[in-house]
Amino acid sequence: MNKTDALIIGAGPTGLFTAHQLKLIGLDCEIVDNLDKIGGQCIELYPDKPIYDIPAVPECTGEELTNNLINQIKPFNIKTHLGERVDEVKKDGENWFVKTNLGKTFLTPNVIIAGGVGSFEPRKFPPKECEKFENKSIFYSVKDKTIFEGKTVSIFGGGDSALDWAVELSKSSQVNLIHRRDDFRGAQATVDKVYELAKSGKINLYTKYQLMNVNGEDALESIEIKHDSKEIKKIKTDFALGFFGLIMQLGPIADWGLNIDKKTVAVDTERFETNQKGIYAVGDICSYPGKLKLILSGFHEGALAARACFKLARPNEKYRFEFTTSSKTIKDRLGVKSD
Amino acid sequence: MPKITFNTHDNKTHTIEVQNGLTVMEGAVQNDIPGIDADCGGGMACATCHVYVDEDWVAKLPQKDDGEEDMLDMAFEPKKNSRLSCQIIVSDELDGLVVNIPSKQS
Repeated sequence: MNKTDALIIGAGPTGLFTAHQLKLIGLDCEIVDNLDKIGGQCIELYPDKPIYDIPAVPECTGEELTNNLINQIKPFNIKTHLGERVDEVKKDGENWFVKTNLGKTFLTPNVIIAGGVGSFEPRKFPPKECEKFENKSIFYSVKDKTIFEGKTVSIFGGGDSALDWAVELSKSSQVNLIHRRDDFRGAQATVDKVYELAKSGKINLYTKYQLMNVNGEDALESIEIKHDSKEIKKIKTDFALGFFGLIMQLGPIADWGLNIDKKTVAVDTERFETNQKGIYAVGDICSYPGKLKLILSGFHEGALAARACFKLARPNEKYRFEFTTSSKTIKDRLGVKSD
Repeated sequence: MPKITFNTHDNKTHTIEVQNGLTVMEGAVQNDIPGIDADCGGGMACATCHVYVDEDWVAKLPQKDDGEEDMLDMAFEPKKNSRLSCQIIVSDELDGLVVNIPSKQS
């Protein structure tokens, strides 16, 4: 069990700056994020796209913004739990008991949801029947490639993940690569390699096809794919892999007894607290009259939520406002010299 | 103002007026048209404002750029007439445009 003053869900810009604010006022905190890297939407959706409306930063990319925020919280050594999704949040006396999908548990008086539009989950195949094969014959990521050895694997998608795995698995499996159009959007070198392997018969290439149906009892036996011209092909296969990128899903947040409307959580604008005492929502996921979905708004919301956390984490102390320019205590926390 | 019609998956029709210069996605969001999620807010980064453009209109729209086509790979059941509504900018020429909203966005 990890005990902390505040647990932040989401390691996007808002979550990172909220952590900074908590540490600055002397509270400790930990961060959990479902992605395997820090940065949230900034890193997952637009690492290379320039952002023009961060105050005092005329232009920076999603990746640069993330790196700057990581540098800004470096002095605090904040514990970050990546690749884990918070599944459960429930009341435990004065605290909240929090559990992740990997079974890690936390006890904290404050939970700050900085979850953007929810957690990133892989996009799945449209046919409903695919669900029963999921994690058995149908996968959306590869954890153990040895299970594919000597088997037939049908890979769907046109980006780097699909192409990289098609090339890799073609070494020891029969690979079908299926994509909805003729163009691939992966790195040119990989695209060339795929065409080369297709020419030599190492990869069966099916373009302008999409998955229509899956067949099998316990394990996948065959799939049906449909061409743009409506022609249908039935292919024997042991596995199907789908690489269609990630989508944001609200996920378990919906089950925590919060006031949710249109994928956002209602908060007050003083503490950014939800309808549950000690649970706050900041950044894109929160809503209140006048809410702007801007990164700068998330920073403001996090700063106020952090102050609100102080009351519950240090009930017998009084929070005192201090400037970073003049406070010796804050400078000590940052590890910088005082004048 | 140009009129844009959205047919939702449950066979309901919504016709709205959208100001020139806004995107079809923005028009949908501002008018609470169900089924357009637009999670990334128009950044061409999520494919959750996916629409099927009415056959009569497909050729009249400006061409998709590569980035849009790449993102459509990720959409739920993309078809030939698939577009991201955040990439269609409303103008007088698009008055009367009809788009169909897929059964879901992800």
